Amino acid sequence: MTTLANQQMTAKPAKNTREIDTRPLLWPSVIVLFLWMIVPLAMTLYFSVIRYNLLNPMLTGFAGLENYTFLFEDPALWTSLWNTLVLVGSVLIITVVFGTLFAVLYNAEFHGRGVARLLVIAPFFVMPTVSALVWKNMLMHPVNGLFAWLQSLVGMEPTDWFTNYPMLSVIVIVSWQWVPFAFLILLTAIQSLDQEQKEAARIDGAGPVDMFFHIVLPHLNRAISVVIMIETIFLLTIFAEIYVTTSGGPGTATTNLAWLIYSVGLLQFDVGYASAGGVIAVVLANIVAIFLVRTVSRNLQQG
Amino acid sequence: MVDVVLQNIKKAFGDVEVIKGVDLHIEDREFAVFVGPSGCGKSTLLRMIAGLESISDGDLMIDGQRVNDLSPAERGIAMVFQTYALYPHMTVRDNMGFSLRLAKLPKAEIERKVNEAARILKLEPLLDRKPKALSGGQRQRVAIGRAIVRNPKVFLFDEPLSNLDAALRVQMRIEIARMHSDFDATMIYVTHDQVEAMTMANKIVVLQGGVIEQVGSPLELYHHPRNRFVAGFIGSPTMNFIDTQVQNVQAESVTVSLPGGGSVTAPVKDRGLKVGDKITLGVRPEHLLESGGDGQIQGKVLVVERLGGATYIYAQIEGNQTLTAEIDGNSPVKVNDAVTLGLSGATCHLFTTDGLALEQAARHPLAAIDRGHSVAH
Repeated sequence: MTTLANQQMTAKPAKNTREIDTRPLLWPSVIVLFLWMIVPLAMTLYFSVIRYNLLNPMLTGFAGLENYTFLFEDPALWTSLWNTLVLVGSVLIITVVFGTLFAVLYNAEFHGRGVARLLVIAPFFVMPTVSALVWKNMLMHPVNGLFAWLQSLVGMEPTDWFTNYPMLSVIVIVSWQWVPFAFLILLTAIQSLDQEQKEAARIDGAGPVDMFFHIVLPHLNRAISVVIMIETIFLLTIFAEIYVTTSGGPGTATTNLAWLIYSVGLLQFDVGYASAGGVIAVVLANIVAIFLVRTVSRNLQQG
Repeated sequence: MVDVVLQNIKKAFGDVEVIKGVDLHIEDREFAVFVGPSGCGKSTLLRMIAGLESISDGDLMIDGQRVNDLSPAERGIAMVFQTYALYPHMTVRDNMGFSLRLAKLPKAEIERKVNEAARILKLEPLLDRKPKALSGGQRQRVAIGRAIVRNPKVFLFDEPLSNLDAALRVQMRIEIARMHSDFDATMIYVTHDQVEAMTMANKIVVLQGGVIEQVGSPLELYHHPRNRFVAGFIGSPTMNFIDTQVQNVQAESVTVSLPGGGSVTAPVKDRGLKVGDKITLGVRPEHLLESGGDGQIQGKVLVVERLGGATYIYAQIEGNQTLTAEIDGNSPVKVNDAVTLGLSGATCHLFTTDGLALEQAARHPLAAIDRGHSVAH
């Protein structure tokens, strides 16, 4: 990501007709941003190659790649990577599908549309910890939860969601929070669809389904890639929802990379080991980001 | 035989009636042009024929069938939009073949029809391009191609040339006129440009405020406007209107006084006028003469516009009225010159105070002429 930003900066044509060189004026912000990035990164890199455990101050010294070796031998790493993938992938699919459907639905004219739109967007304003608590204690709770009550109404055994379907529960909560974002972006995109294009399609004989697949969806293509890009960056670091609900468990069922790093560093106090995990996370995030930014920018240029 | 019949068609948005009962018969293979100022309802009327707007009241018949409740696709029409409304993510080929694909025609059939339309419109080299790689005129052609492949009973055009530059507009005008004679199709065309209306139409429908003011051939509207609105709308520059009085009434002519003391006798049928009645004299700028004529008006030149072939002068006449005259381009007239503009009775129109024209005693020989099917062959 950093390299990409740098590229953009240098690629800017120097069409400066003014006498004064204005580039030095950029330096303060460039320097601040650079320090903002490089100091934590350098510290993480440094911690990842030393022996640093908060519970054992006697354990010091250069560790070389020991932390990394341990990490790669730890099955929890691979589980957490898989969990991260499952979480991000499922939430992306759910939010894009529901975001698109809601956008189409709430673009139609009906009475009270403004209020309805506001209600769809509302979950986005709730902070992650609060929404996780609401889901945990008021909806999915096996005793007090709304779902349990509904199940008891039809004579079913209440489900203990976080014990039996931990990952599904987390996915549901996170999706609930991110559907509004997708909805908002896609709704604005759908509103920019040329009315005459839709009318032309109607004259060409397109029914609602054809209209959706041949006209609306291609039009939303770019907006959907923007949604995917932005959401991926945020979803890779999902933490609060897991912290509040499952604490990465049961076992490692909902341990994603962010939670793994947290638990190693701040529950087991092995800073060196956690830093190695952090470096892995940075590398992975950058790989994903490079791919995403490339695809999306290509997509945006095409459109 | 595809004729389009509108019977007492009405359209209301809530309490506001925008089309107030339109009766119209567009015959088979006719090129009908709806023309009128902005907001007169011409586009709404076209969209009602297309099925994009519902019809509040009345019957719409296409090819003898009542189509009020049919969807746009079932009406056998095709429409060309002002903004072209091409599908940006599809190639030219897919744009033109979209309706056929939706109709589940076999691939080979679609291919054949698209290629045929592309050949007619000279779009063959562009078939695999996307719309954004085309120029305005090419996009317009693709939009027309999309209409052609459907082989519709009626072509509808909604101001299709307004987004093109002047030269291209003339060229596309000729192409559409030629298309009309080639396809022998019924076409309905909406425009606010009266030059397009005059040059392309068999039948012009002048609309104002949701009602039809007059229906007729271009020259019928030019020579025999039914009222003052049509007289002012058709023709460029606009017809001059002079407020005056009736001086004498005979069986087949009416004499009116002119500003500055003269008079002119127009061969029109009297409709119970009395001497001294207020009346409006209408005369087109191109019918004002620099000298001669049956009556004269003195004036002072305010503005001179030289177009080369012709010169427009704006002259101030008695009563603080302004007259526009189209005179010879070689005339040396200058601003502030005194001019004597002549008018001949035969080219004068008279409008009573209710705005209606007095009928000309004799029909203009060209009033019934058709645009002809050999325009661009």
